[in-house]
Amino acid sequence: MSVIDIKNASFAYDKQMILENINLHVEEKDFLAIIGPNGGGKSTLLKLILGMIKPKTGSVSVLGKAPSKSLTHIGYVPQNTNVNTDFPIKVIEVVMMGHVGGKRPLFGYGKDEVLCAMGALAQVGMEEYAHSKIGALSGGQRQRVMIARALCAHPQILILDEPTSSIDISGQKEIYDLIKILNKSITIIVVSHDISVILEYANKAAHINKTLSYHDISDKQKTFHTHGDDEHFCEVELLQMLGSEACDTCEPETAPKWRVKK
Amino acid sequence: MIEALQFEFMQHALLAGLLVSFAAGIIGSLIVVNRMVFLAGGIAHTSYGGIGLAVYFGLPIFLGASIFAVGAALLIAALTLKKRHRIDTFIGLIWAVGMAIGVIFVDLTPGYNVDLMSYLFGSILAVSSEDLYFMAALLAIILIVITFWYRDILAVSYDSEYAALRDVNVKLFYTLILILSALTVVIAIKVVGLILVIAMLTIPVYIAEKLSSSLFSMMFLSGAIATLFTLVGLWFSFTYDLTSGASIIMVSAVSLGLFLLLHKGK
Repeated sequence: MSVIDIKNASFAYDKQMILENINLHVEEKDFLAIIGPNGGGKSTLLKLILGMIKPKTGSVSVLGKAPSKSLTHIGYVPQNTNVNTDFPIKVIEVVMMGHVGGKRPLFGYGKDEVLCAMGALAQVGMEEYAHSKIGALSGGQRQRVMIARALCAHPQILILDEPTSSIDISGQKEIYDLIKILNKSITIIVVSHDISVILEYANKAAHINKTLSYHDISDKQKTFHTHGDDEHFCEVELLQMLGSEACDTCEPETAPKWRVKK
Repeated sequence: MIEALQFEFMQHALLAGLLVSFAAGIIGSLIVVNRMVFLAGGIAHTSYGGIGLAVYFGLPIFLGASIFAVGAALLIAALTLKKRHRIDTFIGLIWAVGMAIGVIFVDLTPGYNVDLMSYLFGSILAVSSEDLYFMAALLAIILIVITFWYRDILAVSYDSEYAALRDVNVKLFYTLILILSALTVVIAIKVVGLILVIAMLTIPVYIAEKLSSSLFSMMFLSGAIATLFTLVGLWFSFTYDLTSGASIIMVSAVSLGLFLLLHKGK
């Protein structure tokens, strides 16, 4: 079953074309990595999927409905979770922000909401920090809390925007290992700069630079394996491989403009 | 000071100090965590335009100032929500134009020589019973809003983008926070005046923020700290015959300095 279906979608801010003729199908329990250069349109694509903006042409459907109708089934972990760290808020309060639906008490939070939030925190291994101030956590711990907030809504799709951009290397691996476990039951979409890490975990990759090139890399994970391997690829090589039309399992697409000439 | 309490104006001053300090603590917390301090400053100064209009048309001062301040809050909310460039320039403009309107209308009022200083720096010893009702009503409204919509206000303040994705009406709550700020500024004009009000909205909050782990505790701790500063400031004002608003702010500022010194040592 296809959970996200984007057909011939284009988007422009004023006259500046950001996304052109995008086609993307995400299947249930996919782990899709969205990569590409800065300003290439990655965040805009996420906004389309989240229904925050509408495509100028073409269509976007999530779980067979308009994105804004499916919002309650999408968990979203935004970029830059390190902003606002002085804010006086407890971890559990952050997580409960993610709660949707159900009965809402007259004031405060319901018992079921607290239980649900504690469950989500347990899923990411952060339940002992429930009553800590968010600012007292490390970057990696805070990222886990944001994932818990997204999980609080019991999503079918989890979207993460640059989840490890401000975390040290060992923390990054922990976050991806966690996402990989979640992927057993949830469809995952991750936007990242860090293509070598992401390709180790993802089974699909979409490279976006105005246009989209799509790659099924589920059988290529060994080739792309980059950790603990002497003959690992550097990022430029990986980008070249993904941008190349010679890749036999890939759908034919026009080569992106950034491609490095050999 | 105890013997001074037999005077009605002194009882009014204390009651006004309590009501305004508590409102300022709660709303000041929202202003600080939403990084709206400059916006609140703009609203405070713009409200002088309302004072001038009220004097000219013979309306109650609170009414004129409230209408003008809420108007400024709506305008600033609309400008900010549209994320227009140069928003700081616009707020600076509204700030100055509001004051200019106030000064000109006071000039135009025949035979009325209004004491400008009392609005700029407060006149807590001239609080009437009507003023107290207005202050109490506003504090009641603030408490009701905080009680029923705490989670929405928290979500919008902490992460407005995410709140929007969870169906919270971000624009409504953002505007509501600005309107409540505008009204709080108006009642604080009596106590500390519209120039000093920013210090009252931020100094207790800054101290409370360091000591609180939730927005809720921060709001009430700020209210308590602001009340303490107001009472001590009033005592200084009464004992040494100083301007009340300035005394309150100086007590707050010195306390903040001491707090920062002690807190750094930890």
